[in-house]
Amino acid sequence: MSTETVHHTALTLADHLPALQVLVPFIAAPLIVLFGRRGIAWPIALASSATAFAVSILLLSRVIDGSVISYHMGGWEPPLGIEYRVDAANAFVLLLVSAMSTLVLLFARESVEAEVSARHHALFYSAYLLCLSGLLGVAITGDAFNVFVFLEISSLATYVLIAQGSERDKRALTASYDYLIMGTIGATFFVIGIGFLYMATGTLNMADIADRISEQGSNRTIRAGFAFIVVGVGLKVAMYPLHSWLPNAYTYAPSMVTAFLAATATKVAIYVLLRFVFTVFDPGFLFEFNTLGYIILPLAIVAMFAASFIAVFQSDFKRMLAYSSVGQIGYILLGIAMLSQTGLTAAIVHLFNHGITKAALFMAVGAFVLTAKGSFYNDIQGLGRRMPLTSAAVVVGGLSLIGVPGTAGFVSKWLLVEAALENGWWPVALLVVASSLLAVIYVWRVLEVLYMQPTPDGSTVQEAPMSMLAPMWIAALACVYFGLDTDVTLTAAATAAEGLLAGSTGLQ
Amino acid sequence: MDTDTAILASMLIPMLAAAGNMLLRDAPDLRDGMTLVAALATFGCVMNILVNVGNGTTAPMVLFSVMPGLDMAFNVEPLGLLFAIVASGLWIVTHLYGVGYMRGNNEDNHARFFCFFSIAIATTMGIAFSANMFTLFIFYEALTLSTFPLVAHKGTPEARNGARTYLAILIGTSIGLQLVAIIWTWTITGTLDFTKGGILEGHVAGSMVAVLLALYAFGIGKAALMPFHRWLPAAMVAPTPVSALLHAVAVVKAGVFTMLKVGIYIFGIDFLAETGASEWLMWLAAFSIIAASIVAMTKDNLKARLAYSTVSQLSYITLGMALATSMGVLGGGMHIAMHAMGKITLFMCAGSIYVAVHKTEISQMNGLGRAMPITYTAFLIGALSIIGLPPLGGSWSKWLLIMGAADTGQWVMILVLMLSSLLNVYYLLSIVGRGFFLPNPEIPAGARSAEAGLLVWLPPALTALGCLVLFFYAGGIETFLTPLVADMGVGDGQ
Repeated sequence: MSTETVHHTALTLADHLPALQVLVPFIAAPLIVLFGRRGIAWPIALASSATAFAVSILLLSRVIDGSVISYHMGGWEPPLGIEYRVDAANAFVLLLVSAMSTLVLLFARESVEAEVSARHHALFYSAYLLCLSGLLGVAITGDAFNVFVFLEISSLATYVLIAQGSERDKRALTASYDYLIMGTIGATFFVIGIGFLYMATGTLNMADIADRISEQGSNRTIRAGFAFIVVGVGLKVAMYPLHSWLPNAYTYAPSMVTAFLAATATKVAIYVLLRFVFTVFDPGFLFEFNTLGYIILPLAIVAMFAASFIAVFQSDFKRMLAYSSVGQIGYILLGIAMLSQTGLTAAIVHLFNHGITKAALFMAVGAFVLTAKGSFYNDIQGLGRRMPLTSAAVVVGGLSLIGVPGTAGFVSKWLLVEAALENGWWPVALLVVASSLLAVIYVWRVLEVLYMQPTPDGSTVQEAPMSMLAPMWIAALACVYFGLDTDVTLTAAATAAEGLLAGSTGLQ
Repeated sequence: MDTDTAILASMLIPMLAAAGNMLLRDAPDLRDGMTLVAALATFGCVMNILVNVGNGTTAPMVLFSVMPGLDMAFNVEPLGLLFAIVASGLWIVTHLYGVGYMRGNNEDNHARFFCFFSIAIATTMGIAFSANMFTLFIFYEALTLSTFPLVAHKGTPEARNGARTYLAILIGTSIGLQLVAIIWTWTITGTLDFTKGGILEGHVAGSMVAVLLALYAFGIGKAALMPFHRWLPAAMVAPTPVSALLHAVAVVKAGVFTMLKVGIYIFGIDFLAETGASEWLMWLAAFSIIAASIVAMTKDNLKARLAYSTVSQLSYITLGMALATSMGVLGGGMHIAMHAMGKITLFMCAGSIYVAVHKTEISQMNGLGRAMPITYTAFLIGALSIIGLPPLGGSWSKWLLIMGAADTGQWVMILVLMLSSLLNVYYLLSIVGRGFFLPNPEIPAGARSAEAGLLVWLPPALTALGCLVLFFYAGGIETFLTPLVADMGVGDGQ
């Protein structure tokens, strides 16, 4: 069924797409610093991100039929050399990450002007590109240790980016520091887990590890490796209750950083989890089956309720969305824990749909921060009339967050409930819909603030500039489009899920 | 115009009217005139479909596919066409009334009001012509969302609270229960198309049929089945034209319409009759009928009383489906039209009184009948139709429901319907009685007519006349709906 393309030596540029995917932003990052001029930083960042986006489209178009691209870095044969391995699952994630990055960069110029001090701009965009290339690298690589390296590149860049929010609120520094500590613990756990796997198998290539694990079966070293990896990645995913870094980090980071991280960073971490759970390990192992069913599933459900419940009581739009993200990650983990084709499809589709939804909403937050100087409910009250386009984008994004029919969020929810019913998990199906009713409450609070409260006297707030509205509305319209036409998302997600479930073992 | 074009046009024209309302926000006469033209055109489209299709059923027109097997698709069948005729026809009258009401009452934000009103009509047309449960659900939710700004229109704290209740119950039931029921149906049958005779037979058995039916029956919150009825009284904070068209016709009828659709095309009436799964629903509907009538009697606020009366009357239709006989289904279907015509008259009269003398409580309405003879006469006619007295339309649907109950030997149901009529007499006619016979010192004898403007009193007079006309065309409606029950196995007794 699946074909595999292997490139050993340099052929044409097209054959180097997997390398270009990561290298374009990775090389552009130091270039920005070398030029050092802030006027040129944004165009370079945008151009390299757009190139990465174009590359990801080409990659996805090559693997959407179920085939796999294996690229050998520097011509070194795996398992010794580093292998980049593209299939439908990570091509989809690459597309999401690079598309969101490009969209956020389009949005970013005015937002960064307003929120980040001018002398940092060049370094800021440089860190942003490092973060982007780190995330892309995590998604594309087929080497377990390489995952760790890229994860650290993106994380270190993220700490810097979050700290840039200190211009507006000093708490960004503690938020960044918190995340640094937590993120480092997570990364340490992850690398310890990799170490165990290396001990057990003597290799770092993921497909190779998978082969050897399936040969030797479960033993204590492998189980320990699995535990460390799940906890380590769980921290990055913000899996409840390892999520405590997320609300502050999202709240105090500059708006465009939050929009970017919410749409991509946790999603990439989920991809890593998927890759390890399904490709490196095998859900057939009892320890893994039990971990998913008795640990991740309940935690996912707790997250759906607890985080959504906390979101209801927030008085800052941005912070509310942060808690909502923790809850939505619960849906994705729930889909994974179902261990079925539909469940996995639902998880991957929601990964994408939630990414575009949150991107639209956090960009709206950025617009409010720019024009109304804040995102607290009393800063934005009554702005429905003064900022009609931004507010309307909040309506669309909010409806998608709830999962109203005709929006992307509905498709995810439909699949998730369908998967639960297929498994015969009645209570889970009801819990999914019940928790989405909490989303109705927290979304509606914002809409009431925007539309049903009076604008404070003397408010001179104006609509955000077109450069912000356009990307915001692209994301908002994408929420509607992918709610009505699911051809792309569903096909890609179903192929990815199929690949993950079937190709659990081996270099074919 | 061919049928498929007409279906799309019936949805697009109101949407264009909505956009036009926002564009022409500063030209009130042009704006309201344009909406009137749109209403007439929409009705024209629906009548065009009637001429083309009659009471036949067309093949689904698939617009596009949302997920594999889940299509956005439309078709025409008698029940949906009847609903579309009722809603689009009454939109014309209500629009005229709405213009008179909003202007006479100095309400704010006319453009926004008529914009969302038009969107609500468009989504109602979508519900009426849905060819599968998936499409219907999408429009069902869109209708809730598009009517929310209308309920919250006044922007006062009461309006906001009412709108919250409205949204919480309607979204809560539809997402929490109905969506689960739909996805369950989809998982076990692999289709959601409305198919004559139902799609569930052979896929679900035993007590699970009743459980699934419960998920649907309570999930269709718009049918206001107790205990999920509180959104309807809460919605009465909306301006009266909204209460009239949307909360006596479009929204609530969308609810019972969905209920009938589920009964006829998802479960299949025969299947319900064989399994007896709908028996509990019949008892619950009966309880709703009586309980809501009793609550209505205690309400002094006129619109609240009418709202509870609506809750009670909606359960007639649910009862008709739950009886699972051909007469019950016909009676329920016909009641959609009959109750719509009667209740919209009552609501428009309530609004007419409010515009003219700013009274909302029944206890303050003594003697108004002599000052507002047209409004009160219309109210009397509407009330008599709701009660079900000849020669008014409402008598026929109630008659069919009683026949349906008799067919199945449910004598208690006949008593329930009778008792309900008596309660109707009490809580509706007492209003008319006060208006005509109790003295009011504020209104000196021989005072001039207090009626508000032409656009406020004429529409209820027209719909009152409609109640009378429907009495003579009831046979036509029954014949029109007959295909719904044409090849039913049990129809006449079990």
